[in-house]
Amino acid sequence: MTIDLNKCIGCGACVTACGAENNVPVVGKEEVRRGRDMHWLRIDRYYTSDMTEERAKAEGISAIDKFTLMEAAAEAPRVAYQPLMCQHCNHAPCETVCPVAATTHSNEGMNQMAYNRCIGTRYCANNCPYKVRRFNWFQYYNGSKEFANNPSGDELGRMVLNPDVVVRDRGVMEKCSFCVQGIQAAKLKAKKAGRKVQDDDVQSACAEACPTHAIAFGDLNDTESKVAEKAADERSYNLLEEVGTQPNVYYLTKVRNLLANEA
Amino acid sequence: MASHEAAIREPLILNDKTYHQISEDIARPIEGTANRSWWILFTISVIAMLWGVGCILYTIGVGIGTWGLNKTVEWAWDITNFVWWVGIGHAGTLISAVLLLFRQKWRMAINRSAEAMTIFAVICAALFPGIHMGRIWMAYWVLPLPNQFGSLWVNFNSPLLWDVFAISTYFSVSLVFWYIGLIPDFATIRDRATAASKPIREAIYGIMSFGWSGNARAWHRFEEISLVLAGIATPLVLSVHTIVSMDFATSVIPGWHTTIFPPYFVAGAIFSGFAMVQTLMLVMRKVVSLEAYITINHVELMNKVITLTGSIVGVAYITELFIAWYSGVEYEQYAFLNRATGPYWWAYWAMMSCNVITPQVFWFRKVRRSIWLTFVISIFVNIGMWFERFVIIVTSLHRDYLPSSWIMFYPSWVDIGIFIGTLGIFGTLFLLYARTFPVLPIAEVKSILKSSGSQYKKH
Repeated sequence: MTIDLNKCIGCGACVTACGAENNVPVVGKEEVRRGRDMHWLRIDRYYTSDMTEERAKAEGISAIDKFTLMEAAAEAPRVAYQPLMCQHCNHAPCETVCPVAATTHSNEGMNQMAYNRCIGTRYCANNCPYKVRRFNWFQYYNGSKEFANNPSGDELGRMVLNPDVVVRDRGVMEKCSFCVQGIQAAKLKAKKAGRKVQDDDVQSACAEACPTHAIAFGDLNDTESKVAEKAADERSYNLLEEVGTQPNVYYLTKVRNLLANEA
Repeated sequence: MASHEAAIREPLILNDKTYHQISEDIARPIEGTANRSWWILFTISVIAMLWGVGCILYTIGVGIGTWGLNKTVEWAWDITNFVWWVGIGHAGTLISAVLLLFRQKWRMAINRSAEAMTIFAVICAALFPGIHMGRIWMAYWVLPLPNQFGSLWVNFNSPLLWDVFAISTYFSVSLVFWYIGLIPDFATIRDRATAASKPIREAIYGIMSFGWSGNARAWHRFEEISLVLAGIATPLVLSVHTIVSMDFATSVIPGWHTTIFPPYFVAGAIFSGFAMVQTLMLVMRKVVSLEAYITINHVELMNKVITLTGSIVGVAYITELFIAWYSGVEYEQYAFLNRATGPYWWAYWAMMSCNVITPQVFWFRKVRRSIWLTFVISIFVNIGMWFERFVIIVTSLHRDYLPSSWIMFYPSWVDIGIFIGTLGIFGTLFLLYARTFPVLPIAEVKSILKSSGSQYKKH
């Protein structure tokens, strides 16, 4: 997957689409305030600050003060948006630490989350440097008053859910699956038609929903695909490359003309 | 003086005890009735235990959401408590096994109770890997048992799995070692019960002592197996907490990803374990009138171990800070800057003052031979060691690589309730042990009677 940060406007359509497609539970205001939202895909928002590395060095400001001041946004900040989901790392820190091997790597390069195997030790989430994994803290789908925004067990409520995607139990870890249900469906269709999967057959919910086409999804190994072309772009980079996780998500860095703004 | 007695060594057993007196002193609490202080402490412990059990059942019934955890800080009090309890357990094994191999006779007065402390601490510790799971009813999946999923194996790469093997091995070996040592003492109680015409006590302790006859062959085998078990248990002192430290060391999170953890954690474990032994023994020797056996000399020797291991822990802290700066890795540098000056700075400084400063006071002879000061300091050390694990886990998690995930953690009443519950479980078990098991190893203590200095001349 590639995400072009020049095109992202931070509208959040991708987040909504992902939630609808993957039966992501709605936890309510109180739980979100406690840091327990279930968003598989989130949009990180970075504001510029008046304090910068150069300014700290020039004015001799100590590291402690520099970092504290950096936490405050500038009066008229510039903003950068970064949609973040499971990076499907080829050297995933989450895969090695699960005691029951509930999270594995497919031979297509995706990180797989086996909900039925997960016993909920949460080490995978602790070890993820991107913090993209979400834990089911409560039973969200049993029709309780607190989580009434989720479809309850009754016939009518259940029709809201995507039948292609499992509803997760309490105590299970979940995360972006690159809409594996769509990929599997596309592979099956291609197999039945006796052809290879074409670039346009597969779309993730987020890529499909994005109004500016910032997100491109496809087969990186297919040299003709859009994603392969974008990933090879000179603007392309991996998030937290230095940690060595070898993600399958490439970001195309945002380019701003700062000199023109200042002129 | 014609004899070659060591004049510089203090006697290990005071007050001119005879063999019979030793049996009497140690068996008396078992054969008598409980006093008021026992009942008060027991009631408090049972209430705390029941409260904790209630909190645990609530957690299992409703979900891990009843705790204070969130999407960034997915471990906090659960794993802090786990590591704290496991660490405390290490002192017992060291005293029993390592000091046996080093032929330190002074261990006799404390090894039984220290091992009991280990067993009960490991029981409390082992609760946490279980109850922290989202789906505890499938906890048995961590065991490599043949199954119908095509025989699906567990993941041997995972440190959590290594914990399963380490903790279960540690518990079983400690239990066996402790129990084998108890057999001759149970037989003593059994024989005294026969003499005092107490048939129920005789029957119970008869079963518990497995028909110990006390003949020379039995003693010979007893000595041999004690050495074998000590040999098996000794590597566990180093390996178990090394493996527990790997839960953090093998991760990628700044503040966790460091090779210093294995020796640092092992030293810290022995440090907190000895402090807990001090806390328990200083109370026990008073309440059960065992001051002649658990002497000031014993207290002083344990304090020396506390100073040594506390200093190692202090050096480890300084090393971490140095390496964070020297490495030039911004994430690592920020992790430590955040620990000392960020929102949890108070936890960090509690840890530093309790763990680095307090054990250094034992360099002064007056302090390390003072019962009251030792007691107070031992409590501080355990508080400090709890904060150390809290700082390592929560401060490293709450602000790691991406600032968008930075968050605060606050414990819920359930987190706190479960911790208090484990203190209650420990207290309940230890108090029950103190009334039904001989808290000193009768046979082993008798074996050091004659080497206690000038007493030898009088008999």
